[in-house]
Amino acid sequence: MTATARSFNAGPAASPPVAEVIDLHAAGAHAPAAPAATAPRPPLLARVDWRSAWETFVKAVAGPCLGFALLILGWQLVADTIPEIPSPGVTGRAAVALFSDPFYDNGPNDQGIGWNLLSSLRRVAIGFGLAALVGIPAGFVIGRFAAVSAVLSPLISLLRPVSPLAWLPLGLLLFKSANLAAVWAIFICSIWPMIINTAVGVTRVPQDYMNVARVLKLSEWKIMTRVLFPAVLPYMLTGVRLSISTAWLVIVAAEMLTGGVGIGFWLWDEWNNLKVEHIVIAIFVIGIVGLVLEVLLTQLVRRFTYAD
Amino acid sequence: MDKFLSIENVGQVFKTRKGDFIALRDINLTVAKGEFISLIGHSGCGKSTLLNLVAGLTRPTSGALICAGREIDGPGPERAVVFQNHSLLPWFSCYKNIHLGVERVFGATESKARLRERTLAALQLVGLAHAEHKLPHEISGGMKQRVGIARALAIEPDVLLMDEPFGALDALTRAHLQDELLEIVAKTQSSVIMVTHDVDEAVLLSDRIVMLTNGPAATIGEILDVRLPRPRSRIELADDERYHACRTAVIDFLYRKQSHPARQAA
Repeated sequence: MTATARSFNAGPAASPPVAEVIDLHAAGAHAPAAPAATAPRPPLLARVDWRSAWETFVKAVAGPCLGFALLILGWQLVADTIPEIPSPGVTGRAAVALFSDPFYDNGPNDQGIGWNLLSSLRRVAIGFGLAALVGIPAGFVIGRFAAVSAVLSPLISLLRPVSPLAWLPLGLLLFKSANLAAVWAIFICSIWPMIINTAVGVTRVPQDYMNVARVLKLSEWKIMTRVLFPAVLPYMLTGVRLSISTAWLVIVAAEMLTGGVGIGFWLWDEWNNLKVEHIVIAIFVIGIVGLVLEVLLTQLVRRFTYAD
Repeated sequence: MDKFLSIENVGQVFKTRKGDFIALRDINLTVAKGEFISLIGHSGCGKSTLLNLVAGLTRPTSGALICAGREIDGPGPERAVVFQNHSLLPWFSCYKNIHLGVERVFGATESKARLRERTLAALQLVGLAHAEHKLPHEISGGMKQRVGIARALAIEPDVLLMDEPFGALDALTRAHLQDELLEIVAKTQSSVIMVTHDVDEAVLLSDRIVMLTNGPAATIGEILDVRLPRPRSRIELADDERYHACRTAVIDFLYRKQSHPARQAA
């Protein structure tokens, strides 16, 4: 404990504490059997801390920085040769203008990018939520009962490879609404990974856990809630994570076809207005939102994955 | 001797793609109340298969197993199992892992406070009262195995079935847990059937050692009565003639009469 305290004091104030904890382990691993060297150890520990903290920081930041620098450089070169493509500078200024007032509302066909983004997210949330409500229980039943799996698995295998956009006309026909049709497409594309991952998770529950349940003669409800659900949760959440990525891919395409308010439609509309810099901005916005959704769900999966 | 558990002409055949695989044949064994039985034999001889049959996790293809006057037709809490790899549910604390069984067995008839008492008593029994709130991955392998034993003991089974309970542990932890098990079994008077491949463990703990012949089609080769007085202490037994005689008898069976299956095949 004293070593911990000392290294925290000696460590550079600016570096993140997480990095220091990692260094501490590394330093400890290098000198596990050196009881005689107790006295000269603290300064050594502190120095190693400093250097590897800096290395960790550089490793974490240098790659992405270089990547983005290359992207902007390449983009600038392309913009210099092809006049229709807006340069990074022009796009940056357009973005500043755009995000200075993201929530204006001049009627249904002219709303701020914030409103468009929120509409898309709302559609994804509804379609995705409904898919979870149907898909997760369905996955449990398919995984638990081989007979149900025998009936439904061929259907799932047949329908899963179909592009969700192929379902859009049926959605329009059924719901007589472009908005609901887009939600319908999200529902369809989100449900498959959730069903399949949940079902696979149920079949992969370690036999040992099921044997514990069998020896105790737990009720089907207790087996479901105390054994199956926690064991399947990591698989299920992985399905959810895959679904949200697909859903976010699909919503952009679906909105281009259905129109209304939404980031996909907005992107298409800016193409019609020939505001190419806005298209580039939309691409970045879609990418960033997709990344954030993915990271959040990955964190969620990690939170509910149990070490054995 | 009062027959508490009896295994009558039991055989087990597994269907495989290459045809039938006869794992066990003609197993006959009776176990008295409070008796400690070890099943020993080379790997692949069907020790665990036999234990699973008694647990009811699998059904025999021939013969019958009778426990307390009733045929075993499935698993049940009166025949608690300590699994080889502890099999604690990783999302539950040690307390909740034990409480799950206690609640199932006594929940209908006893108060919540009493269930809690029972769970804590089981933790106390294996010396883990302090680990009540720990998750399985936060404790050592030996501690996990102790929680597994506590979980089985807490539901007051008629028979305790243990599948190489100390197999995965280091020698010191194993010795420590064996001593604890001796004390616990003396206290609770439960019947125990334990699968092991450790000769010293079998002699130290058992009233009788059941030695299985090599598979396939394994059966009981010899049964050794371990006539050592209880309570037993490993230190005193180290110089005991009778202990060495038992040990020699088992080793003789395992390495002379049933030399290792791999070598036999070669």
